[in-house]
Amino acid sequence: MDYAFATITELRQALDTKQISAVELAKFFLARIRRFNAELNAFITICENEALAEAAEADKRIASGKVEPLTGIPYASKDLFVTRAVKTTAASKILENYIPPFDATVIARLRQAGSILLGKTNLDQFAHGSSTETSFYGPTHNPWDLERIPGGSSGGSTAAVAAGLVPFATATETGGSIRQPASLCGISGWKPTYGRVSRFGVIAMSSSMDSMGTVARSVEDLAITAEAISGFDPKDGTSGSVKIAEWSKNLPRDLRGLRMGVPQEYFVPGIEDDVKDRVNEAIDKIRKLGAEIIDVSLPLTAYGSMVYAIVTSSEVSSNLARYDGIRYGLSSAAAKDVFEIYSLSRAEGFGPEAKRRVMTGTYALSVGYRGAYYLNAQKVRRLIVNEFAEVFKKCDMLLCPSTPNFAPKIGGAADNPLFGYISDQLNIPASLAGLPGLCVPCGFGKPAEQRDNGDMPVGLQIIGPQWGEQQVFQVGYAYQQVTEWHQAKPKGF
Amino acid sequence: MITKDEVARIARLARIKLPDGELEKYRTDLNKVLGYIEVLKTVNTDGVEPLAQVTGFENIFRDDEVVETEIADEILKIVPETSGRFIRVKKVL
Repeated sequence: MDYAFATITELRQALDTKQISAVELAKFFLARIRRFNAELNAFITICENEALAEAAEADKRIASGKVEPLTGIPYASKDLFVTRAVKTTAASKILENYIPPFDATVIARLRQAGSILLGKTNLDQFAHGSSTETSFYGPTHNPWDLERIPGGSSGGSTAAVAAGLVPFATATETGGSIRQPASLCGISGWKPTYGRVSRFGVIAMSSSMDSMGTVARSVEDLAITAEAISGFDPKDGTSGSVKIAEWSKNLPRDLRGLRMGVPQEYFVPGIEDDVKDRVNEAIDKIRKLGAEIIDVSLPLTAYGSMVYAIVTSSEVSSNLARYDGIRYGLSSAAAKDVFEIYSLSRAEGFGPEAKRRVMTGTYALSVGYRGAYYLNAQKVRRLIVNEFAEVFKKCDMLLCPSTPNFAPKIGGAADNPLFGYISDQLNIPASLAGLPGLCVPCGFGKPAEQRDNGDMPVGLQIIGPQWGEQQVFQVGYAYQQVTEWHQAKPKGF
Repeated sequence: MITKDEVARIARLARIKLPDGELEKYRTDLNKVLGYIEVLKTVNTDGVEPLAQVTGFENIFRDDEVVETEIADEILKIVPETSGRFIRVKKVL
């Protein structure tokens, strides 16, 4: 078996039938990480010793038959999840040497399930970005074309899965940071309903939207990992106690009787021709599986990114206030009084994008401007939520592109403070409304700017109503039963 | 449009020391973002209440109890400057 590109279900079987031990499997993937990370820069930290110790424990569990679906399955975590005794940086300089004394709830649950953490993946600094270029540790490269970005902010996680360095990875999304890089790297990604997964121990960006999910090789794998990490957590008052169904056991479903809406506004001006074609072909495939396809309209779509720009900047300015240079993290050696501990540590420790967002938010929340910016954005946010509620009276789910563009060349996004708001414009409205979304690979195409070059992946987005995980998984699963795009591998890995 | 003085004021409020040479760069960047969101003011929001959360959950309360943990030493290990078992800061006034 080619373990590198095997699914979790296949690896489970290999472990349970003793074809390979958990320690051997961890060593296999660690060797791949060491071999390919120089060209991808997908990992910030590799935790080999901890991983091998955990894998030995997993082997004991497998021998005793006390196995859960993820026992002995290796994974990587976006370096935004705090991990006990393993350095957690948020891809920032201010947390360059931060060793957390506790685990995020998602990490604790995966540890409990016996999944093996191999390392921490690269991201945009504090998840501020859509290209993984704002990382203090340098950009991650897209396995389909090393000159291009993987998307972001979860670009290290999606590049690692796409290159066969881990079977799955944790990721986070505030407005597109799972679906957009999953799309640009040609893998499957799940953005949960807001509140479905605990935010505890995940370095906060925008607390009213932050959602923790996973990226993997198939929708079935996403459902398995989703079951492991979802559910109420007393440490996160915004997590929901809505019952978790056995999503992975209820994947097969006849799509006849389902009505899928295609929001016309999501085929935005400037969308790449090949993206539009691949997504329309995928929608046609789902029609052939029996679902009814109808056109729907979400006229406020264009305002989503603007609401997001204000709401997230405001929440970022508040959430990043905790980096004070006093309790943990970088503390400026030049500081002479307490004001300078704050202002010099933050000046030295934050990158330009974090500074830009903190200052935008500080401005939007400051006296005299709060009504015009923050409150106004929250009002439009309500209108966007209402608009989705209306559309879900007409259809069960939405089908649309994950992102209008292909992965741009590295450097193309870095100097444009608006790049993310444009690249994520088809993800952001669902994030503002807290809806679950999937990205599934739906083919390849050529970027208009370089048609003689190799093909790059395209992703189909499936958006469901709040808490509608089961049905989006079912549609994604049905699509992957009749297509092979999710099994495509980049050359050289 | 935001002026350089306003950028300096915002940076001070945000506790980020900006050298004079960077004020112009951030002025340009912030104005780009503010220009981008300007059109939001054209949406009719008459009578619409601001929305801060989407799940509709009510507040959750717990008893304010002291819980013993054994990670005090680990926490002190990551503090930049300590004095015995205290966190040390530079002069406040």
